[in-house]
Amino acid sequence: MKPLINSLPETVFTTKVDDLLNWGRASSQWYMLFGLACCAIELMQTGGPRADLDRFGAVPRATPRQSDLMIVAGTLTYKMAKRTKLLYDQMPDPKYVISMGSCSNCGGLFQLAYSVCKGVDKIVPVDVYVPGCPPRPEALTEGLLRIQDKMMRERWLVKAPEAEGAEV
Amino acid sequence: MTDYAADTGFFAEEMTINVGPQHPSTHGVLRFVVKTDGEMINEAIPDVGYLHRSIEKIGEKVTYHGYVPYTDRADYLAAMFANQAFCMAAEKLGNTEVSRRGEFCRVIACELNRLASHLISVGTFGQDIGAMTPFVHALRERETINNLMEEICGARLTYNYIRIGGVGYDIVPSTMTKIAEFLDHFEPIVEEFNRLLSGNKIFIERLANVAVVSKEDALSYNLVGPNLRGSGIKWDIRRDIPYSVYPELDFEIPVGTAEVGTLGDSFDRFWVRIREMQESVKILRQAMKMIPKGPAISKVPKKFRPPAGEYYARVEAPRGDMGFYVVSDGSEYPYRVRIRTGSYTAMSIIDKLAKGIMVADLIALIGSLDVDAPEIDR
Amino acid sequence: MEAKETYASLEKLFPGKVRDFKGDVFDPYLNVEKEAIVEICRFLRTAQSFRYEVLSDLTALDWPKEEKIQIVYHLFSYAHNHQIVLKVDLPRDNPKIATVEGQWKVANWFEREVYDLFGVIFEGHTDLRRIMLPEDWVGFPLRKDYVEQEEYDGISTQRAPLVEKLLR
Repeated sequence: MKPLINSLPETVFTTKVDDLLNWGRASSQWYMLFGLACCAIELMQTGGPRADLDRFGAVPRATPRQSDLMIVAGTLTYKMAKRTKLLYDQMPDPKYVISMGSCSNCGGLFQLAYSVCKGVDKIVPVDVYVPGCPPRPEALTEGLLRIQDKMMRERWLVKAPEAEGAEV
Repeated sequence: MTDYAADTGFFAEEMTINVGPQHPSTHGVLRFVVKTDGEMINEAIPDVGYLHRSIEKIGEKVTYHGYVPYTDRADYLAAMFANQAFCMAAEKLGNTEVSRRGEFCRVIACELNRLASHLISVGTFGQDIGAMTPFVHALRERETINNLMEEICGARLTYNYIRIGGVGYDIVPSTMTKIAEFLDHFEPIVEEFNRLLSGNKIFIERLANVAVVSKEDALSYNLVGPNLRGSGIKWDIRRDIPYSVYPELDFEIPVGTAEVGTLGDSFDRFWVRIREMQESVKILRQAMKMIPKGPAISKVPKKFRPPAGEYYARVEAPRGDMGFYVVSDGSEYPYRVRIRTGSYTAMSIIDKLAKGIMVADLIALIGSLDVDAPEIDR
Repeated sequence: MEAKETYASLEKLFPGKVRDFKGDVFDPYLNVEKEAIVEICRFLRTAQSFRYEVLSDLTALDWPKEEKIQIVYHLFSYAHNHQIVLKVDLPRDNPKIATVEGQWKVANWFEREVYDLFGVIFEGHTDLRRIMLPEDWVGFPLRKDYVEQEEYDGISTQRAPLVEKLLR
């Protein structure tokens, strides 16, 4: 295949405004480091050398003000729940939440505990649930790709289609 | 207390800063309320409990066999050691024998886990100080260890491998070959790590003479593990209260020697961990040569019902001496499980050490003590 | 030194304050009267033949059938490589005991945890407040008759049970 540089005539690319905006947003999701427990170590390994999250454009940010994705990795206790809501409120719109691991999906194996909040969706609205204890880096990457799919379906300029039934 | 205004002529009043539960360091959810005047700390009060998952109470609700996955989460970076401590306590109470091949498999799995835990510890310590590259190198090595663990027991982080009476699955010869190859690859990596980080002048300047822990303080505050050995006290459970097959293996106990500053400063504790990694490689090679043939687990009844009694089992985990105090009342559920970890006691000394140092040194101090949140809050 | 000899010396020096030595178990223990705990700990820590310079663990056991809460002290000596276990019985409806913080500074944090989870008051403690649970938690969870609340801070504590068999 010939290289693309200096090979095209004077040309104009056409696309839809919504698709262009969504493509830019989906390819640079900056996630906030919200690692609470064991899943945080797998989150670190996913950002590490082998299963690299940086190739999808996802870099970790320490502050909620500069991020648009919150990956809740680990067990949520009642003492931490208020702070989680505060951090979620500090993120600018549009924002997404991935719930990583069993503990933040539903309480996990700590259903018998008195101090564990049984699922982070009691506090913040969740977009994608990633199962596992802890989930493999490949599973978390799949969760990120699902968020990308969700972002590509959103409409900003054009009227949104009528929602029939639940989203996938 | 520092008299900043008198020393320099600037007016300063005390500020209360919150080093909050969400922060970019990787020690987990810890919170410090720091009262400073400018840069010097007057008081740093730790606030813990953001990861309190009530593992001790759950011990009264599940059976002995069913409790082993919960011990994984008591310290997820050193999951094998917590498994082993609980199984040792249960075996002693129930008077169960462990198969000899099972003991050697336990040693192999535990020392691999010690390597993984120390890699995270020194990697994140470097990152907290500001060195980003060694962290990624440590993660790369840890990926290989995770692959080996997955071949041994099926999980990358929370293993549930060491069971009552032995281990869950046998280690096959092909895995042993891969472990040997990994060890050959790993020894030069430690040297490379030393060139990058330990011999680095900036790193040494940041850590020498910072947060010195004297011998009396180390004993009174019950510091254990590399924190205790960094202050010059030569105490290791594997040598002094031996368990499993450690008496038959030959290894050294590294002790802090005031390499670059005073005895018991942050660099000594870090240097003890680097040398412990090299000792673990030696132990692994010996264990793989000496492992006998036989069953990996001995016969243990499904309804494990030990007679009434209590026992305090200790193992040498990467963060120090982890103690499991199990009380049984004769039924198939434990009466009380108590976990005493090294990080909990290390947190109690931070308030004393943090008086009079700078805010950046506080981060170095927390990293050098190697605390992590699940051990503190359980 | 054997635990039997420790008990014999303590009986001679503190007559009437120690009793019920159990020597044929895995960890020999002896029972101490609650008024004498601080003196006995000071003696065991400083006397040359004992030198228990480390408090390995301080925890509590709840025996509702015998109406008592037992505080358990595990003492260890690096110099002589021996250990001893002390137990103190307290009445269950009013558990109060003096603090050993003056002997081993680590007792500060151990006693805070026992106060938080069992409700035992340590007299003379410099900073007795909750450590693991939020400040406004009601109840002492590790007691055997603890009943979990319906909700905390507006978050309900129940979730539809996924694994019914485990609940005991």
